[in-house]
Formats: sequence, C-alpha cells, structure tokens
Amino acid sequence: MDVWSSLMDGFSTALTPLNLMYAMIGVILGTAVGVLPGLGPAMTVALLLPVTYALEPTSAFIMFAGIYYGGMYGGSTTSILLNTPGESSSVVTAIEGNKMAKAGRAAQALATAAIGSFVAGTIGTTLLAVCAPIVVKFAVSLGSPSYFAIMMLALLAVTAVLGKSRLRGFASLGLGLAIGLVGLDSVTGQSRLTFGIPLLSDGLDIVVVAVAIFAVGEALWVAAHLRRTPLHIIPVGRPWMGKKDWQRSWKPWLRGTVFGFPFGALPAGGAEIPTFLSYVTEKRLSKHPEEFGHGAIEGVAGPEAANNAAAAGTLTPMLALGLPTNATAAVMLAAFTSYGIQPGPQLFSSQGPLVWALIASLFIGNLLLLLINLPLAPLWAKLLQLPRPYLYAGILFFATLGAYSVNLQAFDLVILLVLGALGFMMRRFGLPVLPLILGVILGPRLEGQLRKTLQLSAGDPAGLFSEPIAIGIYVIIAIILAWPLVLKLIRRNRPATVLPTGYDDAEPTTEHHVASVPQATTTEAPTPTEQKQEKP
Amino acid sequence: MTIVVGYVPTPEGEAALTQAIAEAKKSNDTLLVINSSKGDALVDNRYAQEPDIQSIEERLAEHGIQHIIKQPIRGHDAAAEVLDAADDNDAKLIVIGLRRRSPVGKLIMGSVSQRILLEADCPVLAVKAD
Repeated sequence: MDVWSSLMDGFSTALTPLNLMYAMIGVILGTAVGVLPGLGPAMTVALLLPVTYALEPTSAFIMFAGIYYGGMYGGSTTSILLNTPGESSSVVTAIEGNKMAKAGRAAQALATAAIGSFVAGTIGTTLLAVCAPIVVKFAVSLGSPSYFAIMMLALLAVTAVLGKSRLRGFASLGLGLAIGLVGLDSVTGQSRLTFGIPLLSDGLDIVVVAVAIFAVGEALWVAAHLRRTPLHIIPVGRPWMGKKDWQRSWKPWLRGTVFGFPFGALPAGGAEIPTFLSYVTEKRLSKHPEEFGHGAIEGVAGPEAANNAAAAGTLTPMLALGLPTNATAAVMLAAFTSYGIQPGPQLFSSQGPLVWALIASLFIGNLLLLLINLPLAPLWAKLLQLPRPYLYAGILFFATLGAYSVNLQAFDLVILLVLGALGFMMRRFGLPVLPLILGVILGPRLEGQLRKTLQLSAGDPAGLFSEPIAIGIYVIIAIILAWPLVLKLIRRNRPATVLPTGYDDAEPTTEHHVASVPQATTTEAPTPTEQKQEKP
Repeated sequence: MTIVVGYVPTPEGEAALTQAIAEAKKSNDTLLVINSSKGDALVDNRYAQEPDIQSIEERLAEHGIQHIIKQPIRGHDAAAEVLDAADDNDAKLIVIGLRRRSPVGKLIMGSVSQRILLEADCPVLAVKAD
C-alpha cells in the first residue's frame, strides 16, 4: 500500500464518531494543560495512560495525539496574554506576543499564533506522513550497532544540547539510566539495584516513574511555592487579523515550518532551538525591524509555526525508529509498550492501521484546534484564575489512582512518593526532567542493543563499529561533545570576537520553566508591590 | 487614628476608596488601604497592579492624606486581611464596598463583606457603587 491509500484508511478509522470524540477530548484537555504553566502534555498523557487501558489502543493514541498538539496551541495563549509561557517551546512567542498584547493587539497575536500553528501543523504532519515511511525503509536495514549509536546520539544530544547546564543534564540522565536498570538482567537473570526487595525485580513501571516525576514532583514544587504575586490577564476579544497582518504573517509561518520540522525530526530535536532560530531570522528579514521588541507580529508568527512543525517532526523518529526526543513523545512511546506494541521500524508494518489512524488524527486534531482556539481563546485564559490548590489536589488524586491501577500494588505508591520527592528535588536544584525520562525509557533498549551487538561479535567491542552508519554517528557525537571545548579554545585565542553559542543563556531550561521564574513573596515578607509611604 | 479601607480594582472598590478619602479628610486620620490576594491562582483580577496603585498613591497625595498602601499575599482571604489590619492598627472605622450577590453565590463562595460586617470590632461603613 502506498502512503496515500494508507492515510485514507487512517482517516476512515479516525473519523468514526467514537474516535472523533476522543480526538475532541484530547485537544480540549491538551489546550487546557498547555494554557496552565507547569502542566504539560507529557504529564497529562502519563496521568491518562492508566485510565485508557480499557480503551482500544487506536482510540487512546488518537486522544494522546490531540493532547500533544493541543499543548502546543495552549502554550501560546498564556505566553501572549500573561508573559508566562505554559510550555518551554512557547518561551520565544512570549517575547513579542506579550508586547503585542500590551499594545492592544492581543487579538492579532492570538490569531497569528493559532493560524500559524494550524498551517505549520498541517504541513508538518504531511511531511511526517511522507518522510516516516522513507525513514522506515532505511531503518529496517540497520543493525544493532547502528541502533545503539543512534540511541546514544539521541540521549547525549538531548542532554548536552538542550538546557542550560550540561552537568545538570548528565546528572539527570544518569538518574534516569539508573532507574531504568532496576530489575532483573534480561540476559543473565541477575537482579540489579533491587536491594533484596522482590517487588523491585520486575523493574519500575515506566508509568509510575513518569507520573511521579511529572505530576507529583510538579505538585510538590508548586505547593512549596504557592504564593506568588498574581497577575492581571490582558482582556481580549475574539482573535482576528487584518489584511496587513496576513501579509506580514504568511511568510514567517512558512519559514518557521521549514525551521521547525527538521529540528523536530532530528534525534537531538526539541522545539526550543527552531523557535529561537525562527525569531532571529524574522528579526533580520523583517521590513519593520524597529517593531521587534515592541510587538512585531512576525516574531509571533514564525516561532509559533516553528514550534508546531517541530511537534510534528518529533513524531517522525518516534514512529519510524521508536526514538523519542521530547518528553511527550517519550511518554507516548511508553504507552506503546504498555499496550504490548513494540516500537521501532517494524511499527509501520505490524501496526499499520494504528499508526496511520494516529497520523490522520493529527490532521483532524489540528483543524479542531483551530476551530476551538480562535473563538475560545479568552475563555481558555480564564482557566488561569483557577486556585492552584484545587487543581493540584486533582492532579495528585489522578496520579495516585493511576500509579495504583497499573499493577494494583500498594508498593507502587511508595515508589510514586519516593520518585515524586526526587522530581521535587530535581526542580529544586534545576535538573532538567527530560534526560531522566529519556534515560528511563531508552536505557533498557540501549542496553538490549548493546548486548545484542556484543553477543554477535562474541564480546569484542570492535563489533560496535562494524557498521558505517554507526561510525558516522560516533563522529557526530564526538563533535557535539567537543564543540563547547573547541569554542572555549577559540574564544581564549581571540577574546575580541564574540561567537554565537546558540541560545543557552537566553532560554530557561526545558520542563520546569515555571520553577525557574523567580517569584517573590513568602509568608510575612513584604511583597514587591507593597508600598509604604507616609506623608507628614 | 486609622481608617482601614478594603480596596479592589472594581467600581465597588473605587466607591469605597472615594468614601474613605472623604472620611479621612474630615477627621484628618491616617488611611490604610488594603488590597490583598490569596496568591494561589496565577491570575487574580482583584489584585491591583502597579499602575493602579500608583494612581491611588497620587490621588491620596493630592488630597494631602496620610496613607499606607498594603498588598499582603499570605494565603488569607480578603476579609481576614482587612480585619487583621483593623485590629493591628486599632482602627476607628473600616470602609468597604458592597456588590450585589445572589443567595446561591454567597452560599458557595461566602461573602467577604458579610464576614467583615459581622466580625469587625469597630464601625464598618459599607458603600455601593453608583
């Protein structure tokens, strides 16, 4: 079957009333968690995973896809109206978007974000449908050594390239790999890191780990920083755009898409770099460079498109190789495993209908998001007035329920609390969450490929370099790791030249941006806005 | 002596402030303006932002009234903050603004004004928006 007829089959599955309903639930939930800073699609999918065990896998994944895209849309609303990015990839949108809103152009900013997301999401999903089968064709020819190398690349790149501090990234990755090690060795049957507790010998359930780190960790963190100066939301009507806005928006949309998709599709993907690149490009190409910094519509249109195209791009390695590059894709991959579906290049052939229904539902979800976001943006903003104790109490309830329902073991609740405390400490010390989750999910598979390679080469490490692609990837890894060192050396030799080091200093870290925003006000301390003035 | 006024950036709050200014001018008292939030939601439209506070500041200075503006965020509700402030400063009067509430709304959300009216140890002056 060619791509077109498979995709049409996918549409016929995704367009059944039941699946349409799940897509609708998904996009609404996704938008809601995207709007609320601190919650994200990864956490939502993790929380819903145990609840959806009773569903058809196809319906569940259609819902997850809606949540994934919805999160991307929702983040821009908060960025624009509140200058508090709901999602790490919306950080750049906030720069110009909030300025636009303050200048009374919130409606146009929201409109260009929503329509740009729709355009980029649709093009991105089309590219996904076209590229993924090609990647699969190429991927089935790869052996264990190459897979091992690709996974190493993904882990190291996500850890070393994204986020502020490499040390913290690697610390987080190490924690993740260690958590992934718990249980019986798959080859020899030895128990590892079980501390003599028989219940640990099955390993830690990935759902429990994800829920603990994302949901419980975040809830504890918010509880520890509950009181902060509330902000005012900028009032806005129905989003709309004038003719001039369209003229200024359409090119940034397309350019943003071009930046977003490849970066999302690379193993080192993420939406942060392309959004930033798009912003810089639009600033340079704009006919109104003086408006940048005061609310230029291009600065919203480009990054928002890049962000959504990257979201589509991320699904390419996830579906074609079983390689997640952001937190939501990682949790979705875990979802595949818990449904008994083996992720990897075989996915397209063994689970063809499911995969194509998933891709079709991305198109549908995109359209639904445009329809519910354009008229309802002001309504979504109202969510931010929700008192957070209620919200997080609900999340903790679902987290506990979910963790318990996975194996119906009270012991899982202990693990949930312990790892939740770990998630809290990670936020406290600024460790990014993404490397940990990737480590937990990819670690065991990485080990599997390593063992297979070494078995084939009878224990000879040279077997790791037996495929040309593997060698090529190791070279890339070496460059990624050596790059900052080289930069430092060049800088030392020529101290006068300023080299662009990427976006490291401009960006908050990945998952816990809310945490990194310094918010004042504790119990008795005077608030920053408090004023005491007495006139004689 | 001190006059405490519970301020919110709404017509009711403005009415209360206007009334409080008149009272303070009459008796040459210190005016304590309280605008609080529990601080548990990301957005609270009843918490006055910087420009609001500045314009109040200017207005009070114009009238030549001794004043203190406080914006406590301590997780207490507005009634508790106003009553606390009145107690601490031995206030002689509390000024608040009233708005129309439905019985059901009051049942679910409670009423800040009602609590202040019932629990205050000093006279309470309640005004309505025009």
